[in-house]
Amino acid sequence: MSLLLKNIVLPLAHFTLAVDVEVRSRVTAIFGPSGAGKTSLLDLVAGLRRAPSAFIQLDDRVLTDTATGRLVPTCARGIGYVPQDLALFPHLSVRQNLLYGCKSGAAINPLFAFDHVISVLEIAPLITRSVTALSGGEKQRVALARALLASPQLLLLDEPLASLDEPLKAKIIPYLARIRDEFRIPMLCVTHDRLEALTLADEVVVIAGGKVMQAGPTLEVFNRPANPEVAKFVGMETLQPGCITEVHDGLATVSINQTRLTALAPELAATEVFVCIRGEDVMLQREAATASSVRNRLPARIKALRPQGALVRVELDAGFPLFALITRPGCAELALREGDAITALIKTPAIHLVPR
Amino acid sequence: MNAEEWQIVWFTAWVSALSTLVILPIGLALAWALARRNWPGKSIVETLVSLPLVMPPVATGLMLLKLFGRRGPIGGFLHDHLNFDVLFTWRAVLLALSVMSLPLLVRSARVAFEEVNPRLEQIARTLGAGNWRVFCTITVPLAARGIIAGMILAFARALGEFGATIMIAGNIPGKTSTLSLAIFQDVQMGEDSSAFRLLGVSVVLAFAAVWASELLLRRKTP
Repeated sequence: MSLLLKNIVLPLAHFTLAVDVEVRSRVTAIFGPSGAGKTSLLDLVAGLRRAPSAFIQLDDRVLTDTATGRLVPTCARGIGYVPQDLALFPHLSVRQNLLYGCKSGAAINPLFAFDHVISVLEIAPLITRSVTALSGGEKQRVALARALLASPQLLLLDEPLASLDEPLKAKIIPYLARIRDEFRIPMLCVTHDRLEALTLADEVVVIAGGKVMQAGPTLEVFNRPANPEVAKFVGMETLQPGCITEVHDGLATVSINQTRLTALAPELAATEVFVCIRGEDVMLQREAATASSVRNRLPARIKALRPQGALVRVELDAGFPLFALITRPGCAELALREGDAITALIKTPAIHLVPR
Repeated sequence: MNAEEWQIVWFTAWVSALSTLVILPIGLALAWALARRNWPGKSIVETLVSLPLVMPPVATGLMLLKLFGRRGPIGGFLHDHLNFDVLFTWRAVLLALSVMSLPLLVRSARVAFEEVNPRLEQIARTLGAGNWRVFCTITVPLAARGIIAGMILAFARALGEFGATIMIAGNIPGKTSTLSLAIFQDVQMGEDSSAFRLLGVSVVLAFAAVWASELLLRRKTP
């Protein structure tokens, strides 16, 4: 699929949303801080909002073109939308909600047949209930199913996990992954949570202050932020694919290349993970062997020192690329130089494992 | 209760109910347009709709009299082209009741529409529903309580209408005489016992209307 968003200009309360981006991957995360104009962008794609200037094309279908006055009405766009508040119809039962946009007949894609959607999202037991009697996670699944039953060509998700607590998130993520894999439907997913973006998205579009800061494959954007602003949202200096080799007593041993690290075991059972480490969580030490509680001590070599204001970003080779953020005085005290051998210390809870 | 009194009661209830039905589509359309859309002249229409609520009913009646008289702009046209008279017929009663009760329905329905979360309507559109389907299946059911309350208010207002009705329909026994007009006339003529009987009926009708609305509203509450 290809979703082309061109010449988009939409004045909002505090800034103007100005977007020019093409999305080609199956799952794309619109990533950025709250109030960055992400939801407004989804509304434009769904045709719920009008902009003074916009060109929106989904595959070969032009949905909005302000230059020619073309505006396909929302009901004819075939774009599913699950908003942050889910917008389940409170006066209808779960079944009536599901059937509201349900297409039937021979023409529809069998993937979106009622029984299939119901079984993938496991909502059969909920069907006779009233919408108000559902829990948060159940509501989420019903809203997803309702959108899918309308056989959309594109699915818009606004902060699908934001309103859920951690255990519930862990339960919903597999459903989102299933939708991605089973229905082969492109998804545009607004989020301000980097773990969510990492778990679900192939591509990331970083938006801040109404502007696209960077767009590209998730790993690339997270590993190589185009500018300090993106780096700030992304927040993770080190991001490496790794493998969990052992889980014991809530601790996971994860290996990156030949290097082994100890981390807290993730809530989701997974072996393939991304290992995320923030720069400020990495400490540097000259002497290798002093007693401390830190589990992860990695012999490393300094590849580069890059001053960033009061801090220095230290690029290390610890068997994998590792980044540390330390203060300038700290750097001076240790007399760090490129090529030096050093020990990097990382506390166990500072290593985040994200299933991939 | 004699036959004449029963006729008055029946006529009043029937024409009040009819006026409520007549204003329902107009009232809902107006209320929706005021609640959900911005258009030039909106504030003027808003004021015009509410005018019968604040103006003396007799003054509203006088305006209708001038508009619908045989020499008036609307009445003249109807008489000349369609040979159709409004004033001093049951149609005049219907017109007076409709004009006087419309503001109550519009105000109530408008508030109810404004309280419907627009996000629900938008999401219904993404599910393939056109404007009309969204209105019928999402907006109206979610605003039902307010709409029903507005209809009851409008019906009750119609039952008791006096000023505008007497101006354009007169008080013709067996033709345009309503409960309020008949009670007034009975008291004027010193026929207190008849007035009291009609008063009793008014109380019963009003009670039944309010009670029915309470029942309906309770059933709508989730």
